[in-house]
Amino acid sequence: MMELLHYEFVRNAIAAGILASIACGIIGVYVVVKRIVFISGGIAHASFGGVGLGYYLGINPIFGVLPFSIASALSMGLVSKRSKIPEDTAIGILWALGMSIGIIFVSLTPGYAPDLMTYLFGNILTVPFSDVLLMLTLDTVIILVVYSFYKEFLALCFDEEFTEVLGVPAERLYLVLLCLIALTVVVLIRVVGIILVIALLTIPAALSRQFTADLKKMMMLSILFGAVFSIGGIWLSYLFDVPSGATIVLVMSLVYLVHSLVGGSGSKEQFE
Amino acid sequence: MDREVIVFKDVWVSYDGLHILKEINLVVKDHDFLGVIGPNGGGKSTLLKTILGLVKPTKGEIKVFGDTPHNSRKDVGYVPQYSLFDPNFPITVWDVVLMGRMGHTGLLKRYSEKDKKAALDALKTVEMLEYRDWQIGSLSGGQQQRVFIARAVVGDPKLLLLDEPTTGIDTVMRDEFYEMLEKLKAKMAIVMVSHDIGAVSVLVDKIACLNHTLYYHNSKELTPEDLDAAYQCPVDLIAHGVPHRVLKKH
Repeated sequence: MMELLHYEFVRNAIAAGILASIACGIIGVYVVVKRIVFISGGIAHASFGGVGLGYYLGINPIFGVLPFSIASALSMGLVSKRSKIPEDTAIGILWALGMSIGIIFVSLTPGYAPDLMTYLFGNILTVPFSDVLLMLTLDTVIILVVYSFYKEFLALCFDEEFTEVLGVPAERLYLVLLCLIALTVVVLIRVVGIILVIALLTIPAALSRQFTADLKKMMMLSILFGAVFSIGGIWLSYLFDVPSGATIVLVMSLVYLVHSLVGGSGSKEQFE
Repeated sequence: MDREVIVFKDVWVSYDGLHILKEINLVVKDHDFLGVIGPNGGGKSTLLKTILGLVKPTKGEIKVFGDTPHNSRKDVGYVPQYSLFDPNFPITVWDVVLMGRMGHTGLLKRYSEKDKKAALDALKTVEMLEYRDWQIGSLSGGQQQRVFIARAVVGDPKLLLLDEPTTGIDTVMRDEFYEMLEKLKAKMAIVMVSHDIGAVSVLVDKIACLNHTLYYHNSKELTPEDLDAAYQCPVDLIAHGVPHRVLKKH
């Protein structure tokens, strides 16, 4: 594998894989322990509207996704908290709405939309260096915000109502957390694509949960798992000439399932 | 004269045209220990949530320590209903208790030595210090409840609100739990919501019955008429010995 590192696209792919693991390792832990997998899936899918917008405006689609995913995170958060529409209904509607907007923008764009599949299913081997830099920036933002609000996010995930009672602005913090998920979606899109983002947001965190009952250690472990799976997936996809995003997700899912079936049942007793 | 801790003035809470709380008038003073009994769905939890400012009254006014419920949150400790959290959540007893200091610590700050000292003392009060590094879900129901009490009192509240604190606790633990409340009673006013009438009658100084309407005479006694009206059926009261009767002899 070492000779592969001479290629810039391989180095970029590995950097992208590690940067993606950092984002999904940290934020994925919150997604899993707060049980907001569905809303995260909604934010990811609705972001397709941003891809379409990017094509339509003729800019790098990632710069369309960034504002669009933030907007969908905020609207999903506010609608589910404040309106009388049941949360899952609201998420389902906004999920589909975002995707429809994307499809319409793409069809309005003259000519053929190149790399559209890349955004849907990811292709870590085509990540340009400029996107690696963007991922690095977003990772930095995510780490800084989580470092600053670590104790608040912990309380929010454990017991939202109690957090509010403590005089902490729980709803605003929840919206911040959803925005961090939106940023993570942007980081992950290039690696596994919109459709598979949810796998990276859940599997490494869920797997790490079977090894530790400490939130910080869970984050470290899931970053490690994410990195190992991504690089393993890149290597396998190179060996067998199959799509990298799907291979990464396949490897993760298999490891998770096997571990849950074989060793995972012991995880609860570990803390008792 | 004792200071007024909670004042409800003609408070109504309605939701979708349904009146959850009707015309509530209530005064709780310093050192009061008020027990609120009543049937399920009678608005007991809603009553606590209005005191916490989580539910806004449709009509009427609530003062907590002479201010709005929202502004008084720092002085109020709250033990929510059991079973509202995920027992597998990756958090230790220590972090759960420290959480109760957050209102004092402030945003963007780490917990101070003072916060840690308070958490240590709170865990000592509930006799759970040796479990500080345990994951919360690995404790028994009674132990968890102690931790949640510690979380509620760690911020030195002047008022403690307990929502059905004995659910999920066995009888032995329950008695110990009540002894602990006896100790806390000296330091703060307590409002405890429960459907366990027997337990309430042993502990509290004053008792009220809530079924959308509040039946309360600023004393430890309720009339049989109150209870019939609240529960809309005759209620058997088993009082624990003569000094703790809920009902007068009649």
